[in-house]
Parts: sequence; C-alpha cells; structure tokens
Amino acid sequence: MNGTAWGLALLQALLYAALAPLLAGWVRKLKARLQNRRGAPLLQPYHNLYKLFSKEARMAHTASLLFRAAPYIVFVAVWLAASSIPLLTTGLPTAAIADVIVIAGLLALSRFFLALAAMDVGTAFGGMGASREMFVSALAEPAMLMAVFTLAMTAHSTNLASVVDYQLVTNQEVLRPSYLFALAGLVLVALAETGRIPVDNPSTHLELTMIHEAMILEYSGRHLALMEWSAQLKLMLYGTLLANVFFPWGIAQGTGLLALGQGLASVVVKLALLGAALAVCETVLAKMRLFRVPDFLNLALLLALLGLLSHVILEVGI
Amino acid sequence: MTAALWSAGLATGLALLSSALSLLTARNPRSLRLLVMPVFGLAGLVALCAGLLALTQGGVATATLPLGLPWLPWRIRVDALSGLFLSVIGVVSLAVGIYGPGYVRSFERGRDSLPALGGFTGLFLTGMLLVVLADDAYLFMVAWELMSLSSYFLVVFHHDSAANRRAAFLYLLMAHIGGLAILLGFGVLASFGGDFTFTAMRSAELSLPWASVAFTLAFFGFGMKAGLVPLHAWLPEAHPAAPSHISALMSGVMLKVAVYGFIRVVFDLIGQSHWQWGVAVLAIGGVSALMGVLYALLQNDLKRLLAYSSVENLGIIFMGLGLAILFQASGHGTLGAVAFVAALYHTVNHALFKGLLFLGAGAILHSTNERDLERMGGLLRRMPWTGLFFLTGCISISALPPFNGFVSEWLTFQAALQAWQLDSGVLRSLVPVAAAMLALTGALASACFVKVFGVAFLGQARSRHVRRARPVPMSMRVGQGMLAVLCLLLGVLPTTFIGLLGGVTRQVLGQALPQATAHGWLWLTPIAPATASYGAPLVALALFTGLGIGLWVFGRGNRRVRRCDAWDCGFAPPAADMQYTATAFAQPIRRVFGLLFHIEETVTPQENGPPRYRLNVRDRAWGLFYLPVARTVERAARQVVRLQSGNVRIYLGWSLATLVLLLWIMA
Repeated sequence: MNGTAWGLALLQALLYAALAPLLAGWVRKLKARLQNRRGAPLLQPYHNLYKLFSKEARMAHTASLLFRAAPYIVFVAVWLAASSIPLLTTGLPTAAIADVIVIAGLLALSRFFLALAAMDVGTAFGGMGASREMFVSALAEPAMLMAVFTLAMTAHSTNLASVVDYQLVTNQEVLRPSYLFALAGLVLVALAETGRIPVDNPSTHLELTMIHEAMILEYSGRHLALMEWSAQLKLMLYGTLLANVFFPWGIAQGTGLLALGQGLASVVVKLALLGAALAVCETVLAKMRLFRVPDFLNLALLLALLGLLSHVILEVGI
Repeated sequence: MTAALWSAGLATGLALLSSALSLLTARNPRSLRLLVMPVFGLAGLVALCAGLLALTQGGVATATLPLGLPWLPWRIRVDALSGLFLSVIGVVSLAVGIYGPGYVRSFERGRDSLPALGGFTGLFLTGMLLVVLADDAYLFMVAWELMSLSSYFLVVFHHDSAANRRAAFLYLLMAHIGGLAILLGFGVLASFGGDFTFTAMRSAELSLPWASVAFTLAFFGFGMKAGLVPLHAWLPEAHPAAPSHISALMSGVMLKVAVYGFIRVVFDLIGQSHWQWGVAVLAIGGVSALMGVLYALLQNDLKRLLAYSSVENLGIIFMGLGLAILFQASGHGTLGAVAFVAALYHTVNHALFKGLLFLGAGAILHSTNERDLERMGGLLRRMPWTGLFFLTGCISISALPPFNGFVSEWLTFQAALQAWQLDSGVLRSLVPVAAAMLALTGALASACFVKVFGVAFLGQARSRHVRRARPVPMSMRVGQGMLAVLCLLLGVLPTTFIGLLGGVTRQVLGQALPQATAHGWLWLTPIAPATASYGAPLVALALFTGLGIGLWVFGRGNRRVRRCDAWDCGFAPPAADMQYTATAFAQPIRRVFGLLFHIEETVTPQENGPPRYRLNVRDRAWGLFYLPVARTVERAARQVVRLQSGNVRIYLGWSLATLVLLLWIMA
C-alpha cells in the first residue's frame, strides 16, 4: 500500500509537469480566439520547451554561479509545491510533506531565487523586475495565506488533503460565506502571483509594463525552458488549488483505478473551465498601472481577512 | 546536573580570563588575536557544552557563591531554560571567537585601544553568562548592569565619530531606564516573596493588580532592551556603531538575554498568566515585527538594516510569547506550549542567522571598508565563501524552507491557526489578524533580503574599492561557515531540536509536546499529524537533489554554458551605474507604506549637470515618542534648577529636610 501510494504520488508529480504546458497553451489558444486571431496550436508550449531544451544556454560575462543554479531551484521548488496539492486523489503521502504554509514557503523560495537571478547580471531590467516582483508578492503573500487559513481553520488542518477530505465529508452543497470571501481573495492573488492581466502581462516585452518577463530576460536555452516551465507549473498550481480545494467534486479519496480516472476527468474539466475564465478576463480587462496594484491586492487581503473573520465570528461552534 | 553548573562556572571564568588577558595587548597588540580571542571562543565552547548538558539531562542544580554582600550572597542555578540560553550565548560566542582574530587584525595598526576592546568583550560575555545563571535578583541586576555597561564601552569603541558617541549615550540612557524598570519589577516581587532569591519570588502569591504591575515593569524593561517598538529607536543607532563581531554579539545574543529575562520573570517568577497580558505582548510584538521590517527595507547602511531587522525578529519572538501567554491563560496548555516552542525556536534561529549576517557585514567592512549598500555590488565573485554564507543567512532570515527561519515561523502560524479553540470571539478574531501581520512581515523580510543580497553581492561593483575587494582570512570564513551550517541543520532537522526543547517547556509551562516528535525525525507534527505536518528533510532532499542534478549532470561536458554580453537593447552596454540601486529597489514599498515613515524627498535642478536627488527617511518613533519625553524631562529639569542657588547652607537645609521627611515616612 505504502509503495503504491508513493508511486502514485510520483505519478501525480509527473502528471503536473506534463499537463502544465497544456494548460498554458489552452489559455493562450482561447485568448487568441476571443481576440479574433487564430493563435498558435494547443501544443505549442511543448514545442517551445523542446526547442529551448535543445538549444545552447548562454549567460552574461557578469553572471555568477547563482544565475546558473537559480532555474533548478525555482523549478524544483514550484514542482514540489505543486505536487503537494491533491490533483487526482487525497490519499497520497506527499500531502504530508508540505502543508499549505510550506507550499507558500516554497513559492516564496522560488520567487526569492528568481528575483536574485534577475539582479545577478546587473542590468536595469533585472533590478526593475526583481523590485516589482518582490513588491507585488509582499502584498499578495499575506492575502494568500489569509485565504488558505480560512480553509485551514474550518477544516482544523493546514494539510490540503485533509481540507479537501473535510469538504467532501461535510458535503456542503452551498458554499459558506467565509469560503466565498476566501475564494474571491485567492482568485485575485492567483492573478497577481501568476503574472496575469491585470497585474502583469505574460505576453509583453514592453519595459514599462513587464514584471516577470523582465526578470528572465537574460535567460536562454535550457535555463529559460525551466523558468518558463515553472511559470506554467505555477499557473497550474493555483488553478488546481482553486479547483480542487474550493470545488472538490469528483476528486478520488482512495487509490482505486476507477476513482482515479474520475478524478483525472473532473480535474481536467475544472481546469479547462478555469482556463477559459482566465482567458475571458484577460481579454476584457486592461493591465493596471503598477501603483494601482496595491489597491487590487489590498482588496484581496481585505476579502481574505473578511473571510477569516466571518469564519471565526459566525461559523465557529455551529 | 552539577557538571553543567561547573562547566557554566568554568565558562564564566574563561570569559573573565580573556578580559584580564587583554591587558597584555597594551604591550603586545598581537596577543589580542593570538590569546584573547581564542580564550573567548573557548569560553563560548564551554558555555555551549554546559548548556547542552543542562538541556539533555534536565533537572536543576544550584549553588551559593562566596561573593556578594554578607547577608545577601550570590546564588546561581542551572536549569533547562538557562541551559538553552547558555547554549545560544555559547554558540555565537564560539563563532565570534573563531572569527574575531581575523577581524581584529585590522585594529592592530590603528590608534584604537586594544585592551578596551578585548577587556570589555570578555566582561560583556561574563555579564551575559551571569544574567542567565543568576538565581537571585541581586546577582541578576549586577550582571545585567555589567552587560549593559561593558557593551556601552564597546559601542563607543570608535569614539572619533560624534554620531557613535551620541548613539552610545542614547544606548546607556535607555539601558538604564530599562534596568530601572526591571529593578522596580523585582522590588514588587521581592516585597511579596520577602526575599531577593528567585525561589522566594516563585512561591510568592501576588494579587492581580500587583502581578500586573510587575508584568508591566518587566515587559517595559526587557522590551526596552529587546528593542520593541516604540522603544526601539536606540537599537539601530547603537548596534551598528560597535565593531562588527560585537554587533553580532549584541544583536545575536544580548537581545536574547532580554528574552530570557522576560521568560524568567513573567513565566517562571510571576507564574500567572492573563489573557490581557498575552494580547498586549502579541500586539506590541506584531507592531514591532511589521515596523522593524519596513524600516529595515528602507535602510541603505547594511549594519543599520540588520539592526532594524533585529527589531522585526524580536517582534516575532514576542508574538510567539504573547500567543503562549494567551493560550496558557485560556487553559489550552498544549497550544501554549506550541507557541512557546515557536518563540524559543525563533530565539535560537535569530541568534544564529543574525550573528551570521553581522559577521558577513563585518567581512565586507573588513575587505572593502564599506557599509553603504549603494557602493557595493558584485561581491559574490570577489568573496565567494562569504557570499555563500551570507546567502544562507538571507534565506534563513526570510523564513524560506528548508532553512531554520521557516520552521519557527511555521510553528508560530500553527499556533495562531488554533485560535478557533479560544472561547472569546474577540480573541478568536484578533489572533488571525496577528497572523496576517506575521505573513506580511515574512513577505517584506524576503523583499528586504533580496535587496541586500542582490545589491551587495550580485551585479557589478558600484565603486572602485568594492571592485578590488579581497576574500577574508580563513578564520573569518570558518566562523561564518559554522553558523551557516547550523542554520541549515536546524532547518532540516526541526523534530530533533524540538525534542531537545522539551525539557524547557516542561520546566516553564509544565507541559511538553509529545505529539511533535512522535512520528520520527522525518515528520514535524506539532499538534497532530492530521492537523499539520512538515517533512523538512524531504523538502531539503528534493531541493538539493534538483540543484545537484542541474549543476553537475546538465552543466557538464559539451553542455557547458557559453559566456556573452548582457542584453543591451542595442544601445550602450550595461554599466555599473545603470543598475537598480538599493533606494530604487525599495521605492515601490516606500511609496505604499509612506505614511508610516517620516520622509523628506527633494529634487534640486542644477545649472550644469544632472538634478540632485535627496532622500531622508527618519523613524517616526523619534517625533512621536522620544522627543516628547526628552522635552518633558528638560522642562522638569528647568523647574528643579530653581533649587540650585549656589549657597551651601541652603543645600544643607534641603538635605536635612529630606532626611526628616524620610524618617517620618519610615516611622
């Protein structure tokens, strides 16, 4: 049993890595269609990764060893964080390695090295990107933690598998008010953290507007591939967090084959829907000025805090 | 247990010996690094051993010293709590003892007084060890003053600069106001206990108002020493003024002695807990953490930045202690123990990484003579080992897994998340708000240390002497490396260390955390496995495996990385002064949190040349707290001046009147 469970956990981790480019391609394709373009094929991100991995990696004369180490740390940290979120089933041992605070910590670790790598070459772009990224994340991280704390306090556990199990066991058809607040807060945070419109634009290289792209400007070859892949993984991570924790329908609780298949089908459908919603949002919204972002994220923090307070005041003991 | 007591005594003796030996340095400057610093390090090592002995063995050992006043002998005692702090003092002193010989070498040729440096460093360590060992209020206060005074002389060591003298005076003043509060607190306890020994105070039954008075005095006094907001303004002045290895001792260890004092008096001696106290400690801790990190972000002087970050970390420690009092008072012993362990863990962590970072700042100062971040850059390539160790410190202090800072912050969060068990609705909603503050603090701290490491160690050198920096001597690297390895060990093996802390919680709270260590060294489960678990060794294994595969497997052979120029947008190649500066890095945060600072920003256009930009960020605590107090004192002093007529007979008259008044009161 234990061996199977760890094998499944490994499989789930591989599934995360395999599916992440697909989600990115799906969002990109839909967005293009919504903007009356034909868009790149659905599988284009895979081609891009393959191309980048087979190309030569180059780095600036001024870059240090940290520049080379950072892509691996960033990728592993994001991948590990993603693998700890239940994708198909809740009965996996990986969930015990990292609870939701550790997941936030791992994301913070990846961001720390991303920002440092950006500053390593010593160009103005890198510093700008690092400064903005740390600024945005400093405001987004508390909002994210508050949102997940609401769930954790309801389920009396910070372990995401337990949170999902709790949701399934109590079988609530109606979302609680605290959940709605937390969900709204977490959606805003997810937009900011994954670098989507209205906070950042993933498809621009215009120096005044970019955050994430400014940080990876100096990367090439396999290093760039890892950086892009981890950005796609991060999108998938937040997608799964929203899809499986707030709407846990269909997720397997054991390791039976049928249940796993059902879990896979349901999570694919949920992520496709979320991706579609993201594409619509990115089409109808415009990017904000950088100094409007604090208002946006303060709203997220406020919503998350309201969720937490409405939980501790209204729902405890009921 | 007596072995621990003996070795603690030996450590104190060695510290005194190193102080005495430094008299030799007046004749022979080399003896400071060949004799005094090694003995100092040895004292640290012995203290560490004594502390570990006390922690592992448990139990209590006491002794009465043949010193002190005839009717008031000095008593010392070693138990688990003092053992923990003995080890904290010992480990940082050991690192400083190893690091010191390289660092003080540059003073040998200078005009600075070496006997003063070595002598007061030894006395400083003696004072700290005695505070932790003291078992009566008399010895405690003597040791406390010894610690404060000797560190004053170390702060004023570079007395050529007026700023240092001012900082040192402010430090002396604040240390004494704090000391006075502590003394009064002991007075309250002693009057109920009938004696100055801690045993008597422990058995005293205090009424709630008097217990609150004693608590307030202790919180004020120890909080002053710990640099809690709004009493913190002296700390970022004084700590950077001392030589760097002393800064490491002051920030890394002396602040912990204040935490020890608070725990000893509030948890052990007063022995009551009320939720109002918990709320006060939690609130002050939260405000300190947030303000500390925000001010740290805006500093460009590396050592000042580190000092402000000490305010932040002490805030986090006190948040943990506040939660512990809160849960304890509400009858949730286990949760109180979780919060208490979190606070202790962070105490140890902060000693390690702040010591490490100050030693790193000292290494930069040693090889470049520079404290200003705006002139640094590219140091990682000049000083790779210092860079690696400094990076370890930065990751640890930013509370990122798998290093040690993360574990204590995780535990604090876990304790805060159990707030749903509290009965009162107000507390239930207050504790999560504190958790939100802690989350914001953590995120800002990581922004702050990205700024520090990115600006100082990465990119290109911003000045000529930094471009020509040389690696520091081996001894300095070993001192830093030791602390860096400990940072990693405490991050990867938290369960083992929490098992070690069990004796302290059992002694202070009468409660251990059996659940935390019940599932083997791989899993940390403070409350229950279903509630929360963290597999720190596995996280570290995954990260280091990934890094190893990436660097060794992918980076070898014909897959080596080729060098080229940085992307220059088709214009001039990037130069050092095109890089983002430390000021620019913090600008977005300065703008968003602008109301909390006192900011003066001016741009003056110039006839020929670029416009001049001036930015001055001042601490609001000065205007809101320090200056009004200073003005009130000054006004009161002017009133008192009226007594001063210059006539001796009138002075004698005043003395007589006072005497009569006192006799009347006493009778």
